[in-house]
Amino acid sequence: MDTQKLAVQIDDLTVAYNYKPVLWDIDLSVPEGVLMAIVGPNGAGKSTLIKTILGIIKPIAGTVSIYGKPYSKQRKLVAYVPQKGSVDWDFPTTALDVVMMGTYGKLGWIKRTGQKEKKIALESMEKVGMLTYKNRQISQLSGGQQQRVFLARALAQDASIYFMDEPFQGVDATTEIAIINILKELRKAGKTVIVVHHDLQTVPEYFDWVTFLNVKKIATGPVKDIFNDDNLTKTYGINYKVAVNK
Amino acid sequence: MSSPQIEIQLIAAIVAMACAIPGVFLVLRKMALISDAISHSILPGIVIGFFVTQDLNSPLLILLAALTGVITVVMVEFIQKTGLVKEDTAIGLVFPVLFSIGVILIAKNANDVHLDVDAVLLGELAFAPFDRLLVGVADWGPKSLWVMGSILFITISLLILFYKELKVTTFDAGLSSVLGISPLVMHYGLMSVSSVTVVGAFDAVGAILVVALMIAPAATAYLLTEDLKKMIWLSVSFGVFSAISGYWAANFLDASISGSIATTLGVIFLATYLFAPKKGLISVLYRQKQQRIEVSLITFLLHLNRHEEESERHINHLQEHINWQAVRARTVLDLAEKNNLVEIENNVVSLTEKGLAFTEKSLEYIISNKDEKIEPMKEDFFLFRG
Ligand SMILES: Nc1ncnc2c1ncn2[C@@H]1O[C@H](COP(=O)(O)OP(=O)(O)OP(=O)(O)O)[C@@H](O)[C@H]1O
Ligand SMILES: [Mg+2]
Repeated sequence: MDTQKLAVQIDDLTVAYNYKPVLWDIDLSVPEGVLMAIVGPNGAGKSTLIKTILGIIKPIAGTVSIYGKPYSKQRKLVAYVPQKGSVDWDFPTTALDVVMMGTYGKLGWIKRTGQKEKKIALESMEKVGMLTYKNRQISQLSGGQQQRVFLARALAQDASIYFMDEPFQGVDATTEIAIINILKELRKAGKTVIVVHHDLQTVPEYFDWVTFLNVKKIATGPVKDIFNDDNLTKTYGINYKVAVNK
Repeated sequence: MSSPQIEIQLIAAIVAMACAIPGVFLVLRKMALISDAISHSILPGIVIGFFVTQDLNSPLLILLAALTGVITVVMVEFIQKTGLVKEDTAIGLVFPVLFSIGVILIAKNANDVHLDVDAVLLGELAFAPFDRLLVGVADWGPKSLWVMGSILFITISLLILFYKELKVTTFDAGLSSVLGISPLVMHYGLMSVSSVTVVGAFDAVGAILVVALMIAPAATAYLLTEDLKKMIWLSVSFGVFSAISGYWAANFLDASISGSIATTLGVIFLATYLFAPKKGLISVLYRQKQQRIEVSLITFLLHLNRHEEESERHINHLQEHINWQAVRARTVLDLAEKNNLVEIENNVVSLTEKGLAFTEKSLEYIISNKDEKIEPMKEDFFLFRG
């Protein structure tokens, strides 16, 4: 275990919007190959943590490294699924085109997408069961389908670490199962998957690693060791009773 | 057509194209207001540039003034980042300040500067052909044609080179920065191009028409298509069409050319807003009415499906059972009959085979709420479309 590589390492990270800290002195190490949930109440800073790891937000203190190097050197290893509400779904484009955007990172500036990128995008859409909708305007997709398009786009990024901000938000049970199966497959293939997750009931079933966050880091580690009432109470402030399947 | 007439139309068309392209991205980024701010706040830049160069068409003046445009954007964003006011308030704070600095500069130096505020705001396309580019003794045509031509050329080149980057940063800035395509670079790139375009065009058409040429064609195209490339083509076409027809309207009415072009842009937008096939007001209202009827239709079919007994299916009873107004009941019944979903015998309504199949399919959709189930139905049914 000790010799295992760290996918993400965060030291003394503090992040503030307008000088009000929303993440306070976070230390966090995520080993390679885990499927990790980040849990915490609304406004706990979960999205902010992911955005900071990905360099979208600059921290006021602390460092983040991906496989031992700063993010800017490791871009191609990382895929990102933003919170669904963060984009304008009325944007004039098709589902396939959005998935193709996942390939832009490896392609680099100015170069255009070609057959190769299209093939990658179509394969990713097939994996999430969205192939039939490839030419559909994104405004005409249901919430669950939009989420699948985002997931396909992340798959098209073909990364080693996947960050997902609430991929289960507003999807039905079938889609949720489809998504979690894809995430489990990614883990099987040796990838690291980090997911902001709200449904505490399903944490033990879906994930093997968990981080409790509420402005400060409360705890991080294997689900079987640390997913307990004590940490839940510390994170959510109220006495949480969750049936943990042992 | 005389040659100044052709030149005026050519200038107007080129300005329209140069404005429409950045306009598409401003509209998609919901930044229409920013173009208005830029168009006013470049005034001090133009005045200072004019002191330095003494030539309204000098490239240096254009760059200086465009810089004022970008500074406006930076200031707006800075004020907004303090979190004390919203973006529109920040815009409202910045550009009047810069604009009035420009006005004061002009007033103070009115004697040395042949420049006035009206000319900056309204422009005068009719005079554009008089300012010629002379190389030695050769006449190379109106200066503003060359200025706007170069700006258009640069804009198109940048669009072709950075189309993919513009698209992804506009749609999803978070993802772009993860991909290493800096949204900040694209943002300031777009702001710079917009500023340069506004400055280059103001002399010919005036700052107000520039804003109209940036926003109206893109807003019109947005109502008509859901494809970014088509949106760009449509915007450019609307811009050019408005420029040319506005010119002829002005000619005919003996009115201001800029004013006529702006009016044409407004009329085209209004017509599209009302009549656009999908997003237009009339089609939206029509669709809502259709959907109401079709929801009633399904309710009606389900009722028939559930009740074997003839009394429940008697025409006179349907009204009270399903609780409709008489008019609605008639419309729905007609619709069902026209589509061979029901047949009426001795005033008793029953489902046809087609009606039965259709009802079962709808039922399956309603229960499972699965979108795949309605894919094949979408073709023959209005309700599920859009
Ligand atoms: N752009 C911003 N400017 C100012 N404050 C912000 C901004 N984004 C987030 N915040 C604040 O930072 C805190 C953390 O927000 P964040 O979005 O990271 O929470 P979260 O844990 O993802 O919440 P949720 O479960 O609702 O998605 C919140 O108090 C929020 O109000
Ligand atoms: Mg969040």
